[in-house]
Amino acid sequence: MKSDKITKYTLFIASLVILFVSGGMVFSLIGGSIPAFKEFGLQFIFSTEWNPTEDREAYGALPFITGTMFTSILALIICLPLAFATALFIAEYFKRSSLASILSSMVDLLAGIPSIVYGLWGFYTLRPLMIELGWSAQGYGILTSGIILAIMIIPYATSLSAEIISMVPNELKEAAYSLGATRMEVIFNVILPNARSGIIASFILAFGRALGETMAVTMLIGNANVIPKGISGVGNTMASVIANQFGEADGLKLSSLIAIGLLLFLITGIVNAIGKLIIKKLS
Amino acid sequence: MENIDRIKDPILSIKDLSIAYNKGAKYAVKDVNVEVKKNAITAIMGPSGCGKSTLLRAINRMHELYPSIETKGNIFLHDEDIMKMSTIQLRRKIGMVFQRPNPFPTMSIYDNVIAGYKLNGIRISKSERDNIVEQSLRNVALWDEVKDSLFKKGTFLSGGQQQRLCIARALAFQPEVILLDEPTSALDPIATSRVEDLLVELKKKYTIVLVTHNMSQAARISDYSMFMYLGDLVEYGKTKMMFTNPRDSKTEEYLTGKFG
Repeated sequence: MKSDKITKYTLFIASLVILFVSGGMVFSLIGGSIPAFKEFGLQFIFSTEWNPTEDREAYGALPFITGTMFTSILALIICLPLAFATALFIAEYFKRSSLASILSSMVDLLAGIPSIVYGLWGFYTLRPLMIELGWSAQGYGILTSGIILAIMIIPYATSLSAEIISMVPNELKEAAYSLGATRMEVIFNVILPNARSGIIASFILAFGRALGETMAVTMLIGNANVIPKGISGVGNTMASVIANQFGEADGLKLSSLIAIGLLLFLITGIVNAIGKLIIKKLS
Repeated sequence: MENIDRIKDPILSIKDLSIAYNKGAKYAVKDVNVEVKKNAITAIMGPSGCGKSTLLRAINRMHELYPSIETKGNIFLHDEDIMKMSTIQLRRKIGMVFQRPNPFPTMSIYDNVIAGYKLNGIRISKSERDNIVEQSLRNVALWDEVKDSLFKKGTFLSGGQQQRLCIARALAFQPEVILLDEPTSALDPIATSRVEDLLVELKKKYTIVLVTHNMSQAARISDYSMFMYLGDLVEYGKTKMMFTNPRDSKTEEYLTGKFG
């Protein structure tokens, strides 16, 4: 009885700590961003100005919001066919083959590489390649960042959707085969309909990761506080501008950075909520 | 293994069939020779791991889903070598029902029945479709129970209804043979007896091969029985004969519950 009570209270306190930490984070983000929103109002979200000159200070988040969205959506578009095909390869088409198991451990390996290493590789290998191909003048920008982001989220999307695909019960596939279905027919009529919501969820989660990814993008985005002009243009993302400028920021600028942090927090929250909603509707 | 009575004009003839799951591995089915009578229920019995499911799945080549499997020998449907047929054609002629009811959860009852056509991309008119669905569901005595909820998901049905739906799905192609792999092992006694009655009814139109763990089931509904042990077909003959007067001592031990 007594140990029961101790367990109960320990669990309760542990959960409270988590609640306090996340609540406190939201609280301090909101608190820190109040001066910026007081000064600029909602215009903060739609303004493209970023001027730290004393007495003429003005800050707006739009270039960073668009930068984050452009790079992440581009990454998702690049990642989709590759991750989807790889997941099908690993989890269905060549499952149990040694090639699939090698590939699957490679995917896990990719997922474990620190962001800074991707950034370094992007800087020294991908950037010169972009210049050589003539896709980008200095090799920086949305496209370069989108490619590196795609490479970074492919492992997540792949291993999550491969897991979902391999969870489709064998008996359903056998039922389809016993009706004379071919492999392609089984994939498109049995596996995909049954795994659909899970696959969508894994791509939304991958998108969420792309939104918040900081280090590698900071090294390749070009760090220009403007709305990117097309996919070969330079820009800046919400995470990168914070990483680049928080050290020397104070006053209104610091508050504006915190406000960007709060917006990023909200956007990722909304993306996750949309993902969960889709899953709920489909299942 | 010897036959008491050779089966006249068999629908299936299995000749020197041996199956191993890997090259060089032990045979799961060893040198089986057997003929299956048309419009009859043939039961395959034996303890776990005796090769009965492997033998059954070889008849419509479902065992080939294991890529490393090795098959020797022949199976003939009438006079046609099934190893030379396309699996698509073969599986339309020889349908299959599995141990656990497995209707497609993303499809309605109606779509489940017609799933074979949908999967294979066969286009038929709506009236033809309606007709096939109704006939197949009537054949499994499910029509009256589900005719008002044809467009609900098949997974809302009870286990016994789901299994009958799966039998209807297999019947939709009008196959010649239906293979059933322990079709009642996941069902309660009432649902089991409904499926058994149904199989007895269905043998008028179809040939049924049934793997069962349940000896009394084999005794109740089958006309012919095979007893398999460690991959060998130990005994084969009329069910009544086998249960009253088994020729092999292994068969007798199994039927009297000494092992298995």
